[in-house]
Amino acid sequence: MDLVTEVRRGNLRAIARTISMIEDLEPEAEGLVDALYPYTGRSRILGVTGSPGAGKSSLVDRLITLERQRGRRVAVIAVDPSSPFSGGAILGDRLRMQTHATDGGVFIRSMASRGFLGGIAAATGDVIKVLDAAGYQSIFIETIGVGQAEIKIVELSDIVLLVLMPGAGDEIQAMKAGIMEIADIFVINKKDLSGADKLLAEVQYVLSFKSSVTGNDGEGGGPTGIGPQGVDNPILMTSAVHEDGIEQLQEAIEDYAGNSESCGKLAEKRRLRLERELLGILNRKVHELMDVHIEVSKQLPMWVERLYRRDARPYALINEQIRNFLKEKTGD
Amino acid sequence: MPEEIEKQKEEWEREAVEALISRHPERRSEFVTGSDKPVDRLYLPEGFSEAEYLEKLGFPGQYPYTRGVHPTMYRGRLWTMRQYAGFATAEESNRRYRYLLEQGQTGLSVAFDLPTQIGYDSDDPRAEGEVGKVGVAIDTLKDLEILFDGIPLDKISTSMTINAPAAILLAMYIAVAEKQGVGKEKLRGTIQNDILKEYVARGTYIFPPEPSMRLITDIFAYCSGEVPLWNTISISGYHIREAGSDASQEVAFTLANGIEYVRAAVKAGLDVDDFAGRLSFFFNAHNDLLEEVAKFRAARRIWARIMKERFQATKPKSTMLRFHTQTGGSTLTAQQPDNNIVRVAIQALAAVLGGTQSLHTNSREEALALPAEESVRLSLRTQQILAYESGVTSTVDPLAGSYCLEALTDRIELEVWQYIDRIEALGGMIPSILKGYVQKQIQESAFRTQKDIERGERVVVGINKFQMEEKKPQELLRVDPAVRQLQIEKLSRVKAKRDASRVQDALEKLQEGAKRKSVNLLPLILEAVKEYATLGEICQLLREEFGEHRETIVL
Amino acid sequence: MTATKTRILIAKPGLDGHDRGAKFIARALRDEGYEVIYTGIRQSPEAIVQTAIQEDVDFVGLSLLSGAHNELFPRVVDLLAANGAEDIIVFGGGIIPEEDIPSLKDKGVAAIFGPGTTTKQIVEFLESAREGS
Repeated sequence: MDLVTEVRRGNLRAIARTISMIEDLEPEAEGLVDALYPYTGRSRILGVTGSPGAGKSSLVDRLITLERQRGRRVAVIAVDPSSPFSGGAILGDRLRMQTHATDGGVFIRSMASRGFLGGIAAATGDVIKVLDAAGYQSIFIETIGVGQAEIKIVELSDIVLLVLMPGAGDEIQAMKAGIMEIADIFVINKKDLSGADKLLAEVQYVLSFKSSVTGNDGEGGGPTGIGPQGVDNPILMTSAVHEDGIEQLQEAIEDYAGNSESCGKLAEKRRLRLERELLGILNRKVHELMDVHIEVSKQLPMWVERLYRRDARPYALINEQIRNFLKEKTGD
Repeated sequence: MPEEIEKQKEEWEREAVEALISRHPERRSEFVTGSDKPVDRLYLPEGFSEAEYLEKLGFPGQYPYTRGVHPTMYRGRLWTMRQYAGFATAEESNRRYRYLLEQGQTGLSVAFDLPTQIGYDSDDPRAEGEVGKVGVAIDTLKDLEILFDGIPLDKISTSMTINAPAAILLAMYIAVAEKQGVGKEKLRGTIQNDILKEYVARGTYIFPPEPSMRLITDIFAYCSGEVPLWNTISISGYHIREAGSDASQEVAFTLANGIEYVRAAVKAGLDVDDFAGRLSFFFNAHNDLLEEVAKFRAARRIWARIMKERFQATKPKSTMLRFHTQTGGSTLTAQQPDNNIVRVAIQALAAVLGGTQSLHTNSREEALALPAEESVRLSLRTQQILAYESGVTSTVDPLAGSYCLEALTDRIELEVWQYIDRIEALGGMIPSILKGYVQKQIQESAFRTQKDIERGERVVVGINKFQMEEKKPQELLRVDPAVRQLQIEKLSRVKAKRDASRVQDALEKLQEGAKRKSVNLLPLILEAVKEYATLGEICQLLREEFGEHRETIVL
Repeated sequence: MTATKTRILIAKPGLDGHDRGAKFIARALRDEGYEVIYTGIRQSPEAIVQTAIQEDVDFVGLSLLSGAHNELFPRVVDLLAANGAEDIIVFGGGIIPEEDIPSLKDKGVAAIFGPGTTTKQIVEFLESAREGS
């Protein structure tokens, strides 16, 4: 099977196999990603994050339906953490999206974080390219949490949805981790629970710190704060379970996408993303190179031991390793 | 504990016990119940004062019913011997029911197949491979007429294990009785009708929680006036236990579900004393005899208090926890199936010592297939031997006062209250289910139990100890896959004969009624089933109005 | 340096809602280092196969206690083959009479694990099946 051709044709097996090769860090993966790269850039990438239980998967499930109604092909990457003890993982997000399992226009892939060098973000970025080249016009990346790792993942997106729920007490966490800075659209899901209005007020309050508040003109796409990019950050109230507010959310996404494209913000974001990706590749490659020649992983425990016993000094130790490496490279 | 006894206990431990243990250690460093809770070497009088006795134990047939719900219990009337049965077609199941009644069974218990339980007709593509396999296939009233052919519904009580479509099966049962000339005011029986446990342990839900509760409260209201002898719900812990919970969780989640049902009915405008007397329960009888007996007693005491204090019920019947028991299916093994006969006997004994009103005993091949005639007969005989030969029915609540038993009863009660409080703090059972709290507790317990078995910590004879090479098992019951085709043909004959326009009318009226919460759907469903609307047609209509529940909680 | 993980789909085909065993196996296999995709109850064979392909799993484990295994297990095997995924290994568990096992194996189900099966037995099967492929 010529994977590149088959991926571009939308062959599900080919797409799935290519993704696996990226995940498994197979050497051919790089070549495949490069070969597919010219055909990327047409997808809209939506990052969806928030704490567990907020209803992200259920929301994405409803959004998929609406996207399909608009005739778009949709892909979802659902990221879950691997067990630090066994290295295994239970990937259960797609359970909430299984009504789309037999829709040929929907591709759902569950990814475990696997403790990747460079983080799961690196692999996810490449997987997005594959799905982009395969013709999925909307790609959702779903990840749990609001920590650093998750921020890296959602930075791959064009638009970030932060999903909160009343009573979880997570709005403070979100603020601390910096996700509020990055989020474009705020979704208060499970709006029927008590505390929804309080949460709305809190989110508006936090957003007001970024610049002046335009004021509350009611529900359903009304309340906003001016976001860091000078584009309004809409706040939506939804209930995925009751299919309430989803259409408004979809429209808010469309509007936001349109706005950020026309004012050039989207292009800026994408350039920034490419910059990060390139640096990421560079870092990884250098690291790998170093590991091969300096055997960092193998030697590290010994270096630590030497330092601990005050038998060596930190900068001198590393500088020496680098000097040796350079000597080797230049055949000195 | 009384002082002198405490003193002598310490002496005994120092002198007799430790001396012996140094030569012959006990078999384990710690002994635990089937639910992993510690069991003491010896239980001693905790000194129930008179007041304590009267408050916590009291007398059978009187609040708080710890010692039983009737003053004379089995001296007055034995429990109902009610074997869960049903498979393939209504004709075959009818034969099995008649056989069981001949052999001395005293009540019927109907098992339906999965398509029926989930509201699909036998010709639905989703029914493929499933028709008649785990129970009888019922598509229309015609099937139920055949199922009860020759069985007088004024003389026999019937329990139907049906949940999401319970209203439809109840309506069909009423219609069958009518054809027999039996008025609904005479009908005795039960529908399981317990949707909350479906969401966490059994999986045959159709609609989301809110409309499901509406159907349930409609049934409460309808029966309170029209079918007063009918048990409108069998609030179940059996399946929760089978899903892997421990004994306290089994009681706690069941009673918490009960609280939710009572609350919903009261909110719908019903007076608690008008329906609470017809709520019934369904528990598991698991392996650990002492813990199980304690569990049943604790359950009665707790429910009585809940009904009296939380819901201000005034009629005695409203505070009485009456229950059916089934011996634990998941405790039975595929290996050395004859061992299961012994397990079931012990579990049945626990149920009887625990004061059950009705009992199903599993058969030897439970882990392999539905029971053959000989096997189910033996299960029935197990009950009959217990009833007539063992002597435990000659007195009420024989184990009361056992130091161990009362300590276990108290401990379980404490744990149950803790769970109930936790669930209330989360906002009640429905939020707890939607948040996954209940499922998590059950799964943790299930995981631990299985790991204990795999490590050999928990012995299952024949599985991780005393294994042996076995010869092939004997003849097992098989459901002929041709059943589906038979059902499909039957169904199309019924559809051909019925009056299509009257069916249409009835369904339209039902649809209108479904849209309005104030309308009681039972009379409308009754009209529809009498016109031979199919179960699938009615459920499809309700699916469109109510939506479908989707599983959201993983692990 | 590759970082291959074995991916397993645990699925419950048909209408059976008893998921205690499936959930236990999913968790136990996770603890053994596998990536397990669990899709819950009431999955059609079609949904199971599409999921298996998209997730590029090495194995599909089918759990069924309702007696519909003779119809549904081979259906999954056939659909996988029809979609060019016959290399995905299918195994099953639940209440499956011994006498049905030979025919299921003939139809392409690699192994059947009945009541009393241990995690260890399943892992042994997975490891040896992987080596073979």
